[in-house]
Amino acid sequence: MSRIEGVLKSLKEQGRKALIPYITAGDPHPDQTVSLMHTLVKAGADIIELGVPFSDPMADGPVIQLACERALKHNTSLRQVIGMVEEFRKTDPDTPVVLMGYLNPMEAMGYEAFADAAAKAGVDGVLTVDLPPEEAGDVAPLFSKRNIDPIFLLAPTTTDDRITAISKHSSGYVYYVSIKGVTGSATINVDEVAEKVAHIHELTALPVGVGFGIRDAETAGAIGKVSDGVIVGSVLVDTIARNQSDSDALNQALHDLLYPMREALDSLA
Amino acid sequence: MSVKLTDEMLKALPDSRGHFGAFGGRFVSETLMDSLMTLEKEYLQLKDDPEFQANFDKDLADYVGRPSPLYFAERLTRETGGAQIWLKREDLNHTGAHKVNNTIGQALLASFLGKKRIIAETGAGQHGVATATVCARLGLECHIFMGSEDVQRQSLNVYRMKLLGATVHAVESGTKTLKDAMNEAMRDWVANVDDTFYIIGTVAGPHPYPLLVRDFQSVIGRELREQSMEKMGKLPDALVACVGGGSNAIGMFYPFLTDESVELYGVEAGGLGIETGDHAAPLCAGRPGVLHGNRTYLMEDENGQISGTHSVSAGLDYPGVGPEHSWLKDIGRAHYVSVTDEEALAGFRTLTQVEGIMPALESSHAVAYALKLAATMDKDKVLVINVSGRGDKDIHTIAQLDGIEI
Ligand SMILES: Cc1ncc(COP(=O)(O)O)c(C=O)c1O
Repeated sequence: MSRIEGVLKSLKEQGRKALIPYITAGDPHPDQTVSLMHTLVKAGADIIELGVPFSDPMADGPVIQLACERALKHNTSLRQVIGMVEEFRKTDPDTPVVLMGYLNPMEAMGYEAFADAAAKAGVDGVLTVDLPPEEAGDVAPLFSKRNIDPIFLLAPTTTDDRITAISKHSSGYVYYVSIKGVTGSATINVDEVAEKVAHIHELTALPVGVGFGIRDAETAGAIGKVSDGVIVGSVLVDTIARNQSDSDALNQALHDLLYPMREALDSLA
Repeated sequence: MSVKLTDEMLKALPDSRGHFGAFGGRFVSETLMDSLMTLEKEYLQLKDDPEFQANFDKDLADYVGRPSPLYFAERLTRETGGAQIWLKREDLNHTGAHKVNNTIGQALLASFLGKKRIIAETGAGQHGVATATVCARLGLECHIFMGSEDVQRQSLNVYRMKLLGATVHAVESGTKTLKDAMNEAMRDWVANVDDTFYIIGTVAGPHPYPLLVRDFQSVIGRELREQSMEKMGKLPDALVACVGGGSNAIGMFYPFLTDESVELYGVEAGGLGIETGDHAAPLCAGRPGVLHGNRTYLMEDENGQISGTHSVSAGLDYPGVGPEHSWLKDIGRAHYVSVTDEEALAGFRTLTQVEGIMPALESSHAVAYALKLAATMDKDKVLVINVSGRGDKDIHTIAQLDGIEI
């Protein structure tokens, strides 16, 4: 069983929902990322999605675009991001880490080399925004073979046939993109999401995490109620942007933002 | 290493997943997959639909003014002292470039699909103008995304688009040029996928775009074949076209791919010189990667981050290239070369002063390379340059380089 499966299974047994925060590695500075990851865990994170910065983040809104720019100003590379996970693992052997990013940095590093290094560092899942399963035939097995979960996206526009096919290619969990739009854009429609997630549950046994549009304890609670976990990104990244200059204040602010979401999720149990 | 291509081989490309050999494909976020698959299905049906084709042909004839002439540049030939130089005059199309061939086709597709809102990216503004033009004609809402640096250097085209009723969105992210405009158009599309048709301006992007843009632009090469037989009684020996994303080049080359005797030359933007790194020549100096929905040659750093590009010509200032060109390069069917900003500007002046034809700075790259190439060829050989657009939009850039204010 992968670390992700283990965590999600034990949450399910406790009737709890997963809290999955996203931050961009290297933002605001590569030296701060590992400390921010530990802060996320202290504030209640079950799984961390760690963004790999890319020069052309086509599926992201301005908040995460700027995070990529800040990280790339310090030349944060995929190899360095893997190094951060290795560092994080030294003191946290339990919290799963999913690398989330775009395909080209992985292609440039070489898929085999990437999968080896990621497995060695303790990466648990890989979510590549611009890699649909149709193109993942050569890549995803490299991850699976090393006990890294390939995680794919489902969208409001995904047809039933594709939901079934995509779920077959996924392990760990599937990530339901709750809105038509880029990260950090529109507000989430809880009823629509509830309906769609219930439908996805009919088509796959995998846990369903819901992301895009979760910004506070209220939306986290509402979406947690109808899914297996919530992914929180842009509000955290925006908080990082606003507290760039003071590392203590930043860790505190991140904690204060995430912790109420944890409470909201746990009040559902 | 060159492979002899046959009609059967070409018919099988792209394959059902949009691959040209190792290149192409569909690398987009899940939200767009359904739209792309619908577009592919509809296009594959309409492609052979006589009514669709008749509409397309009629618009190209009566609205665009096709066929574009094939002109013998007699004085230029004499002064160059080598092969006969002929010009395929895409600059004479309505709106002043080859771009309109594609926008007519895609707008027709959009109306068959019932989409009322159109978005497009643009670099030089020619594709933006061509898109705004067809939208005005069909009464469609039009949004153009353009890097803020290009908004500056192509201000004439920005104003043309506004006059045509389009909304022009200046894109401030990244390098503020064509690639960032394309990112922003994709972001808009994801958010408005239900009612919006994205008219991509070059032969790149996710499948089926490289296929349909190539098909729409191939009218250039088909006409050229006929006109060559008519005027010279034979096929040309060499074709030369500039390559940004590669749509004018593929349109010219495609109908000649199986004719081994016809040498194909794609000319990329060498900028300040390939050795300086300040250029936009992925086929000459890049390596394969994935950007904007397809696998193709790219300009990137060792970590897979896309590099900033430089070209005097906004329409060539792009770090990627259409996947079919990447394939043609690897199988050795086409030659990809580059000329510098300076050489292109000299090409601009030569064609203007010797033939009274002012080419776009993009097309000037093809002119500059063709003049070098023609000089090495025998007098009985025939070389055709694709003059992909006219240079009016570039007057400000050229005047500025001359230190003149207009
Ligand atoms: C006149 C002209 N030629 C060429 C190009 C380059 O595009 P492509 O390589 O797709 O033909 C442009 C793009 O803006 C253009 O305006």
